[in-house]
Amino acid sequence: MITVDLNRVDIRELNQRLHDLNGDDGRAPWRIVGPDGRHSIAVGLNAPLTVVVEGHVGYYCAGMNQHADVTVNGHAGPGLAENMMSGTVRVTGNASQGAGASAHGGLLVIEGDASSRCGISLKGGDIVVGGSVGHMSAFMAQAGRLVVCGDAGAGLGDSIYEAELYVAGSVGGLGADCVEKDMTDDHRRRLAELLCRAGIDADAGSFRRYGSARTLYNFHVDHAGAY
Amino acid sequence: MAEPPDPTDLRRSATFPPETIAEIQRAASEGLYEIRGWGAKRRVPTFDDLLLLGASLSRYPLEGYRERCDTNVTLGTRYAKQPIELEIPVTIAGMSFGSLSANAKEALGLAATEMGTSTTTGDGGMTDEERVASKTLVYQVLPSRYGLNPDDLRRADAIEIVVGQGAKPGGGGMLLGLKVSDRVAEMRTLPPGIDQRSASRHPDWTGPDDLTIKIRELREITDWQKPIYVKMAATRVQYDVQLAVKAGADVIVLDGMQGGTGATQDIFIEHVGIPTLPAVRVAADTLQELGMHRKVQLVVSGGIRSGADVAKALALGADAVSIGVAALIALNCNRPLYLEDYAALGTAPGYCHHCQTGRCPVGVTTQDPELEARLEPEAAARRVRNYLSTLVLEAQTLGRACGKSHLLNLEPEDLVALTPEAAAMARVPLAGTNWIPGLGASD
Repeated sequence: MITVDLNRVDIRELNQRLHDLNGDDGRAPWRIVGPDGRHSIAVGLNAPLTVVVEGHVGYYCAGMNQHADVTVNGHAGPGLAENMMSGTVRVTGNASQGAGASAHGGLLVIEGDASSRCGISLKGGDIVVGGSVGHMSAFMAQAGRLVVCGDAGAGLGDSIYEAELYVAGSVGGLGADCVEKDMTDDHRRRLAELLCRAGIDADAGSFRRYGSARTLYNFHVDHAGAY
Repeated sequence: MAEPPDPTDLRRSATFPPETIAEIQRAASEGLYEIRGWGAKRRVPTFDDLLLLGASLSRYPLEGYRERCDTNVTLGTRYAKQPIELEIPVTIAGMSFGSLSANAKEALGLAATEMGTSTTTGDGGMTDEERVASKTLVYQVLPSRYGLNPDDLRRADAIEIVVGQGAKPGGGGMLLGLKVSDRVAEMRTLPPGIDQRSASRHPDWTGPDDLTIKIRELREITDWQKPIYVKMAATRVQYDVQLAVKAGADVIVLDGMQGGTGATQDIFIEHVGIPTLPAVRVAADTLQELGMHRKVQLVVSGGIRSGADVAKALALGADAVSIGVAALIALNCNRPLYLEDYAALGTAPGYCHHCQTGRCPVGVTTQDPELEARLEPEAAARRVRNYLSTLVLEAQTLGRACGKSHLLNLEPEDLVALTPEAAAMARVPLAGTNWIPGLGASD
């Protein structure tokens, strides 16, 4: 276990030490204490590291993550795991807006609630939220899955492309071109697998599925009001 | 059948000329705004409205073929560990693979490399061909984040956060279905053939305070090696430059309203933003007021065509210029070849702005393999290289005539304006006077 106290070591030095392991398979787990809401903690990781942050983090924690498993034992600020490519990012508390924005792959687990625009421009990978998400989540989401065990705010999946959305609770309103879709046994099976992998205890049978109606895929005068 | 009327008997409406009538009737038929490529076609004040004051008795010139007028420029000196060293102050602007063909992107990269300058990716990410062809490649981070990944971020030479572009300040990207080929779709994680829409705001930051944190994140990811540019459309230039500097930009890229696009609403292209001419002066003055001129480098774009434009932009305070449409023209855009294909688009060489259709007759803005094959990368690169070389030779000619041993030594004092409007915008005197509208007469 390598422990780094951010009251003694600045973000630049921490990230450089983690980057020096990029492409490596550094085996010793890292424990980061004293985050105190600092920004850009453990960004740009590119190795199968295990990093645990003890406390709350600011913007962009685990941004563009590749291969690493990052756990935040606390709450996270905006842009958590933005554009992550692979690996796993887990937050035991809540996450602010734009969690998992434009993520291409990997698994993001938020055990508490996520604020607005969770999974915005999602391009792949999976986001599992144990609680609820705010408005405009999965806006323009292109691929991947957003799973919400609680409620979803207004404008869910606005202008969505091919991402899959699953919500167990209520939906405050669907965005343009987002519709409810059939939930088949295959969807339930794959969702149950994802929930298990995320370590979230929820019944896959209680979810409803949403996705694109694909009416905005080509410009048409009859859909002008939706643009 | 009645004889057609004598045109001299017809009275044209200034409010509803034939082209306006045609546009109203097109809108009535289609119910959608006109989408097109290129930049503003309307007449706006340009660098043509300025003149350089060559040397005479009060200044002496440099010998054209014996004395140097250097052209190198360094971008990203503020924070980056590895600033960009360019041999010429003319770069290739961001244009996407998708909007442009792979051959066009490769040709631009080859030409830029040969001339010692940079080229830039676009909405949709970085192609291997472009990376290989471009010695110095600027990687754009756009609101859509199509194809954005940390590996490409690390293999780029600089990073450009795109806040806006001159053709559509405040607007998002657009790529019509005919150009969303299988490869383009895969790079952007989209279904092939759809009309691709992009967001106008970034997904994970809003406003200048967030941008400060975003820039620091990108610096952290790249270990503070890469210069970080912030590209903006020219609108509220003074405030935007102040905020970009405060946010920590190494380089500001400012795109005037003449800046081109692959596809945008015509109403956007023609009616939003300000011309490059006033934008560059306001930006340079703002940097000077902040004590950051030459520390945060200024790159301007939007309608740069000649070495005269380059020299005048630098004289007004830019560190470099960037070209887009002009580079495409050098590739062959609007060249009178394949005339029947221009006609099929309802246009003609010299007038074509139909990049959005994907049916580019000369293979520049297309994803159609047959059309793309009309642009041979090596030959096209040579044309762009020749054009870049001409721009630089022209700018050097003017620089020497003004007695400058480096293009960056050109200054506003070397300029006068031909019109009161240009004098006011560029803050240089009207030719033959000491009058700068808005500032009053100087002694």
